[in-house]
Amino acid sequence: MKPVRVLEGRAVPLERSDVDTDQIIPSDWLKRVERTGFGRGLFSEWRDDPSFVLNDQSYVGASILIAGPRFGTGSSREHAVWALMDYGFVAVIAPSFGDIFRNNSSKQGLVIVQLPQVDVEGLIQLIKDDATRLVVIDVDQLRVEVPEAGWQRSFELDPMTRERLLHGWDDIGLTMRREAAITKYETTSHAPTLVGVFDSDGHAR
Amino acid sequence: MGRTLFEKIWDEHIVASPEGEPTLLYIDLHLVHEVTSPQAFDGLRLNGRTVRRPDRTLATADHNVPTDPISTPVNDPVSRRQLEALEENCHEFGITVFPRGHENQGIVHIIGPELGVTQPGMTIVCGDSHTSTHGAFGSLAFGIGTSEVEHVLATQTLPQQQAKTMSVTVEGKAPAAVSAKDIVLAIVGTLGTGGGAGYVIEYRGEAITDLSMEGRMTVCNMSIEAGARAGLVAVDETTVDYLRGRPGVPQGEEFEALANHWRTYVSDDDAVFDAELVIDASKLVPSITWGTNPAQVVALSGMVPSPDEFDDPDQKNATERSLAYMGLTPGTPVRDIEVDVVFIGSCTNSRIEDLRAAAAVVEGQRVASSVRALIVPGSHRVKKQAESEGLDKIFLDAGFEWREPGCSMCLGMNPDQLKVGQRSASTTNRNFEGRQGRGGRTHLVSPAVAAATAIKGHFAAPSEVGP
Repeated sequence: MKPVRVLEGRAVPLERSDVDTDQIIPSDWLKRVERTGFGRGLFSEWRDDPSFVLNDQSYVGASILIAGPRFGTGSSREHAVWALMDYGFVAVIAPSFGDIFRNNSSKQGLVIVQLPQVDVEGLIQLIKDDATRLVVIDVDQLRVEVPEAGWQRSFELDPMTRERLLHGWDDIGLTMRREAAITKYETTSHAPTLVGVFDSDGHAR
Repeated sequence: MGRTLFEKIWDEHIVASPEGEPTLLYIDLHLVHEVTSPQAFDGLRLNGRTVRRPDRTLATADHNVPTDPISTPVNDPVSRRQLEALEENCHEFGITVFPRGHENQGIVHIIGPELGVTQPGMTIVCGDSHTSTHGAFGSLAFGIGTSEVEHVLATQTLPQQQAKTMSVTVEGKAPAAVSAKDIVLAIVGTLGTGGGAGYVIEYRGEAITDLSMEGRMTVCNMSIEAGARAGLVAVDETTVDYLRGRPGVPQGEEFEALANHWRTYVSDDDAVFDAELVIDASKLVPSITWGTNPAQVVALSGMVPSPDEFDDPDQKNATERSLAYMGLTPGTPVRDIEVDVVFIGSCTNSRIEDLRAAAAVVEGQRVASSVRALIVPGSHRVKKQAESEGLDKIFLDAGFEWREPGCSMCLGMNPDQLKVGQRSASTTNRNFEGRQGRGGRTHLVSPAVAAATAIKGHFAAPSEVGP
């Protein structure tokens, strides 16, 4: 993935709680075998509604999504992250997130900023007051700000996620440095394998 | 201090715990299906990587498969391509795969246990959030995304932050009319959709240990609906008895030796959990979801709630949105709500005991004329077993459709979908907007309540069905 240090862009408020991954990308889109092109499916069940916030002209081009609590709960589909990024989002700010969604985001470089609900609400108000305001997210300093409004908050990332974002490290490459440890573990593990359970056609022996 | 079951499994699977980095955890079993794997296999090819342990990897087609007779083709070209890709990828990388129509094919969380490849003490992952189902066997099982699928394929490990532990104790005996589904709906309703986030839940107490393995799987299955990535139940004789004789386990003395080892997968008496929840089983009742998230639960004998019942503006707002989407009026008795479709299936409730429970209700009855009712067994093995017991005939005689196995209408990736505005009673796990088809309205219920609802045409208890 590409290194991420400082992100700057306009934001769009999605004032809903429990936006699950089925809403982010409906299952009909999951039949595809590609990793690209999911942006068209983002929130597709809501985008037909002219009053849906992504259809609001004042937010066109926004690259930072601000949402309510428990964003990205439900299905493990990484397609939700692909859809957000393909659409043009680089970060999501919310009071809380689904665990698997948070993990998936970190693998793709979608920055997850978790702030207390009161701060998210404050930020949403700033953006609703003036949609042209720029939001700046500094992954190195773990800071999010709206410079024009003098608004600034700190956020947390686990240290390894921060490092990986800053360097654009590939997770698998990092793990492969531990090849010797994995091999050693395998020599001591007694957990059963599938050897001898099925024949070459998958029938139980 | 003693250790919890989760901590025991965790400790046994540590490959490396480097300073300042997540623990590298070994994965004993990786289950794969067609939806979350094609991009992972592409990633392997792109980087010239192989599958490290095909002998710890098992694949099945489930999400996309039509449930029409196997002889009919897969008409949707996009679905067909994805199902073909699974077979091609598995053959290329040497992974055992059960394609559509194979005798072992079925929903990934049904087949692992029934084949006995899901075993106590294991770490199990799958690119599917309902992997928590396998925790019923005292294994650590959780869902992962496609990048993690690729990571496990390549390295058989995952970097993981250690979760916190939560005990959910369902004390005392549950009333006879209360099923495993009602127990887990009550738990999700109590914890909320985010209450389990960051935790691995261990389900304990008499009402849990009284459950069969299939009931325990139903409970563990919906852990993710409370935000927990994994849920587990300690090993006991119910666990051992279920696994004895299954294809994936050894036989005779070798099995008994293994079983003795499995019996150590329990939390120590003095183990301490980071959080605890106690639920009184005697107060549980048959339940149903009324809204668009699985924590929006109400008693079958209850009424649709009003936004005024909530003080939190966020919850009030969410309730208003849910009611509008579901087309419901506050104060409506649940039993007055009519349904268009009844779906019995999914990794939550499509095992043989679920089908028996439903068949016991519908035997000799007729599905209401206004209702389309489908039964989708979880696997070919479940289907075959049900047919050997004559359950298919009971369902067909009552007017149910008896279909081929798959995930089906749980998430509407195949042609089994709700139409706009249609309302379902569904034995599945998610009532999200559009989950079962665009504009569809889902109410989660147990198999017995689903069956009674099919007969009456409105939400009903099994006791209401009869001559």
